[in-house]
Amino acid sequence: MKSIVCVKRVPDTETRIRIAGDGQSIDPAGVKFVLNPYDEFAVEAALKHKEEAGEGEVTVLSVGAAESAESLRTALAMGADQAVLLKTDAAPEGLAVASAIAAEVEGREYDLLLFGMKAVDDDLQAVGPMVAQLLGIPAVTVVTEFSAADGKITAHREIEGGTEIVELSAPCVITLTKGSYEPRYASLKGIMAAKRKPLEEKDAQVGDSGTRIEELKLPAERQPGRIVGEGPDAVPELLRLLREEAKVL
Amino acid sequence: MSSIFAFAEARDGKIRKVAFEVVTAARRLADETGGEVHAVILGGPGLEDDAAELGKYGADRIVIGESEAFVHYSAEGYTNAVVDFLKANDCDVALFPASAMGKDLAPRVAAKMGVGYAAECTAIESDGDSVKATRPLYAGKVSSRVAFTGKPAIVSLRANVFTPVESARDAEVEKLDVGAGSTDFGGIVREIRAAAGEKLDVTEAPIVVSGGRGLREPENFKMLEDLADALGAAVGASRAVVDAGWRPHAEQVGQTGKTVSPTLYFAIGISGAIQHLAGMRTSRYIVAINKDPEAPIFKVADYGIVGDLFEIVPRLTEEIRKMR
Ligand SMILES: Cc1cc2nc3c(=O)[nH]c(=O)nc-3n(C[C@H](O)[C@H](O)[C@H](O)COP(=O)(O)OP(=O)(O)OC[C@H]3O[C@@H](n4cnc5c(N)ncnc54)[C@H](O)[C@@H]3O)c2cc1C
Ligand SMILES: Nc1ncnc2c1ncn2[C@@H]1O[C@H](COP(=O)(O)O)[C@@H](O)[C@H]1O
Repeated sequence: MKSIVCVKRVPDTETRIRIAGDGQSIDPAGVKFVLNPYDEFAVEAALKHKEEAGEGEVTVLSVGAAESAESLRTALAMGADQAVLLKTDAAPEGLAVASAIAAEVEGREYDLLLFGMKAVDDDLQAVGPMVAQLLGIPAVTVVTEFSAADGKITAHREIEGGTEIVELSAPCVITLTKGSYEPRYASLKGIMAAKRKPLEEKDAQVGDSGTRIEELKLPAERQPGRIVGEGPDAVPELLRLLREEAKVL
Repeated sequence: MSSIFAFAEARDGKIRKVAFEVVTAARRLADETGGEVHAVILGGPGLEDDAAELGKYGADRIVIGESEAFVHYSAEGYTNAVVDFLKANDCDVALFPASAMGKDLAPRVAAKMGVGYAAECTAIESDGDSVKATRPLYAGKVSSRVAFTGKPAIVSLRANVFTPVESARDAEVEKLDVGAGSTDFGGIVREIRAAAGEKLDVTEAPIVVSGGRGLREPENFKMLEDLADALGAAVGASRAVVDAGWRPHAEQVGQTGKTVSPTLYFAIGISGAIQHLAGMRTSRYIVAINKDPEAPIFKVADYGIVGDLFEIVPRLTEEIRKMR
């Protein structure tokens, strides 16, 4: 089975975010970047299914600036076979990235096209299903685990208060959330091997996102609240405040 | 701006609360611009009884698309039906709930129409003939105002942010023909397995009671379940206790879990790591219970109690039961 996994380089979740002078982007200075945590689940899922099947190929693909090669190397170090970097300096999002990915994979042979559920920078949760729509192939999103046999995929999709069991035919798009695929750490051997694995670079055919960021702002800081008291004796006062001041009980 | 589409989500033949939130937001936008709200419900046969409810929240038209193929959600079928409707009615804005269904459907609709999409929006306003949406980025560390370059603007709305407001009108109820399209879908929902018990989902509950490593053992979550019961709340969890296998991932709140925005959020035995705050900082009121007065959670909490949760929580539950 052949898988293509789309991965994004994003700011580490601990990083403090500052807005750049233009008011429309973030200041990358001092920001630590990592492979998007949800994409790690997707890479892990691809590797695990390849290992179980005893055959197959895992290609990782990223759209972004030259630095995105770092995230591709991370995925190669985890065990992916080859990487493709679709280069652009535009930091595209949403439909703009989806069209670049769709244009690239259209000419490729694959059974599974895997994504993270969402990128933790733009928090859009959209690129996977958009690519499926552009390619006209089925998709299932927010998946915790799936099985694949004879071109038929059965996926567990997380919904409010339960799980949907979805059946699809390959090729298809699957977007992964945390579930059965605990991302492996890259071994030292894996990191060394990654340096010799093929990483192809070409220009991205970025489309139009249909949206424009007008302004970025830091959200209003929450006013630090007050300590109502200590221990169980503070409970009646807390309840009084919730009832009379906040009016939420 | 004249024509506003509201996706009124139904599941198992019932309209979900988020549908009323979406219709309310659509109504407000329509009032600002003199437009009309088209509420569209898709599902299996038998939606009619509930559908009229949508009129109470300001739908001008209630449009029902029933099909045997829609008993469960169908990404392909729903996308086709919605896109056909948006085109036929020349809609300027299409609002969806940021629910599991809405977040699967809305991006597909946007891709099919080649237009922009803004997810998990917390505000939407019109400036005459177009809309601007406000949405959190970087897990709420930044807020972004988004403009759309084409029509319709596709927007999903975060749950619990737009409180349903009644604004009754005599909405017509119409049927939408969805039978004509192909039902030969490449992806099909075979079955829905409900999580154990009739539990509220953290993303949609008006009150969330979350616990962390401070609870010490998985069995102690019984205490939080009792408190949640007394409050009519959902139980949430920090990643530490989900990773430890004490609670299911569906309950995890934070950057790699659910984003919640309830009216009232209790963080109990949770330190308040930045990744946890990412998932709950837009809650209306936050209450923290922690034995460490320096815990970062107190920096975002409206009200805090310092002390041993094992003494405080049972007392809290008892007092709330007395109130009810
Ligand atoms: C990429 C990434 C993604 C992450 N995503 C998430 C996420 O989505 N959600 C999330 O929650 N975390 C996430 N984390 C983890 C996060 O950094 C923290 O490790 C985690 O939130 C800590 O959980 P906790 O507050 O339960 O535990 P701790 O930090 O150990 O806090 C326990 C708290 O309980 C208090 N306590 C102990 N005993 C008592 C008592 N008897 N009475 C009262 N209080 C008591 C302590 O004072 C302490 O403050 C992520 C981390 C990374 C790196
Ligand atoms: N620039 C990118 N390059 C490759 N994959 C991406 C890119 N942006 C998003 N993705 C993929 O799409 C998923 C969802 O991203 P988003 O819709 O931006 O939240 C991510 O988890 C990645 O798998």
